[in-house]
Amino acid sequence: MWQKNNHGMELARRLSKPTRLPFSDHQLHDGSRIAVIGGGPSGAFFTYFLLKLAKRLDLNLDVDIYEPRYFSHLGPAGCNHCGGVISESLVQLLAIDGINLPPSVVQRGIESYRLHTDVGSVAIEPPLHEKRIAAVYRGGGPKGVTEVNWKSFDNYLLELAVKQGAQIRHQMISDVRLRDGRPCLRTSDGAEHEYDLTVVATGVNSHLLEQIEALDLGFKRPKTATAFISEFYLGEEGVKQQMGGSMHVFLLDLPRLEFAALIPKNNCVTMCLLGDDIDETLVETFLNSPEVKQLFPAETGVPQNTCHCFPRINVDGASQPFIDRMLFVGDSGVTRLYKDGIGAAYRTGQAAANAVLLGGVSAEDFRHHYLPACKKISRDNAIGKVVFWITGLVQSMRFSRRAILRMTAREQQKEGAHQHISTVLWDVFTGSAPYKEVFVRTLHPGFIIHLAWNLFLAITPFGSKSILVEERHGNQQSG
Amino acid sequence: METNNLGKLYKDQECVVRQGDEGSCMYVVQKGELIVIDEQADNEVQLGRLKAGDIFGEMSLFEREPRSATVKVQGEAWVLTVDKRTLLRRIKEDPLIALNIIEILCRRIRTMDEETVNLKAGQGHASEDTV
Repeated sequence: MWQKNNHGMELARRLSKPTRLPFSDHQLHDGSRIAVIGGGPSGAFFTYFLLKLAKRLDLNLDVDIYEPRYFSHLGPAGCNHCGGVISESLVQLLAIDGINLPPSVVQRGIESYRLHTDVGSVAIEPPLHEKRIAAVYRGGGPKGVTEVNWKSFDNYLLELAVKQGAQIRHQMISDVRLRDGRPCLRTSDGAEHEYDLTVVATGVNSHLLEQIEALDLGFKRPKTATAFISEFYLGEEGVKQQMGGSMHVFLLDLPRLEFAALIPKNNCVTMCLLGDDIDETLVETFLNSPEVKQLFPAETGVPQNTCHCFPRINVDGASQPFIDRMLFVGDSGVTRLYKDGIGAAYRTGQAAANAVLLGGVSAEDFRHHYLPACKKISRDNAIGKVVFWITGLVQSMRFSRRAILRMTAREQQKEGAHQHISTVLWDVFTGSAPYKEVFVRTLHPGFIIHLAWNLFLAITPFGSKSILVEERHGNQQSG
Repeated sequence: METNNLGKLYKDQECVVRQGDEGSCMYVVQKGELIVIDEQADNEVQLGRLKAGDIFGEMSLFEREPRSATVKVQGEAWVLTVDKRTLLRRIKEDPLIALNIIEILCRRIRTMDEETVNLKAGQGHASEDTV
């Protein structure tokens, strides 16, 4: 048994990065106890990958996931306050891992994206004309909806973790402290539980992050901004008629708004606004814009939302997402800027599981085996900020909005045309590629020449005629 | 059309990959059934069947060889395409993800070993359950 164990560990270590050996004797052994605080995607992914790899290494671990909520419940009780989009890259990576999202979890496979501006709209088709983006509900469904014909995405992931051997404890953690160097958790019933490792996967809205920061061991909470999520009930037929199978994104000149989307689900539409501290005034302005109104039934206008929230989102990761025997995954640590938060939960969850088993559980082990994955996301976010700054610039000028719309429409119309801007917009909207890759694509000479030509046409009287054609084309498509 | 399936819908007898074609992606069956065929000059030999969750076409991600077999739909099937770039980008980030594909390849070698032994011993035909 020892030999088998040793060979497995060695092979896995050689395959993992970095390849250095652990720094300390902070290793997990048969029977080691691990607590995961939070049963959202990052906690579930961490547990799933940890237990899967532990089996490969012939290691038996005892994992408790603390999650007070029941994700099967409708409305706020089971909700995780998120748009609920599984990116194109994550759908593929999950499939490679053997996690094929079942139709009972997928509310709708997104067929295309439709970009709306004040000068028209255009559909952007996926690169392979294939549905590889999933719209899901994180909980059982929004408040006010009574038909439950589907399963919650978060519940589905938790079930995968349970199948690997984890236990769910529907209890609230009221206090986290270190006792003799080991994490000690107090549950709401006053009981205390000691663990060899604690993984914090609470998201950014938990009071526990403040408590852990106060321990003064190097962890600093992520910086946050306020987003807005709401649900509109249209019925299954209404969603089909008004939204089709497309996700609708907007390039509007509204200050503080970085990204806005309407995501079609089964019988509801989720509205998601991201930016610099979204407030009610901005929400009202957005809903009153003609580009948004035209997507709802003309006779009723924008209906009253069935539920809404202003969740805090992580916009700048924790400076040190670990301390001795404790690490932070997903939104509690580092996530992607504005996009693919569930993809970041997958990446950090898997990186943390590898670090714990192939490195160890000391802060030094995490620094060498977990931090590189977090830094990679943070560095990409820095480029993402530049990408969103440029997008904001385009948003603020009518002629640049025209140029972008025209260039996109031309590429989408011509079969076999090089998809310069279409792939850039697709990846910015879907979050399927790293921001660095998107940015590098905008430096391609073909992209620059075509953009310059379309900008020229957008500001000249000569070009305005052809632009009008694009406007009409765009509006026809949107109807 | 069902709105909550992922991938692409292929119709009955439609080929997802054809033997001899160049390929740069792999596939994961989401729903339905497909058959794997070796197309020879005068006849077709069925090598196996694929069902939901099965992966195929992965060999072309790692070698620059044409597709080794044709995969055809029986009935209707939803199949998800996995891009080479997406997979390789992720393997670069976390090489352990390649273990999943190595495991699949190991299972196939094991099955082929068993079938070779059976054929040499003249005990029967190759299994049609796996590729």
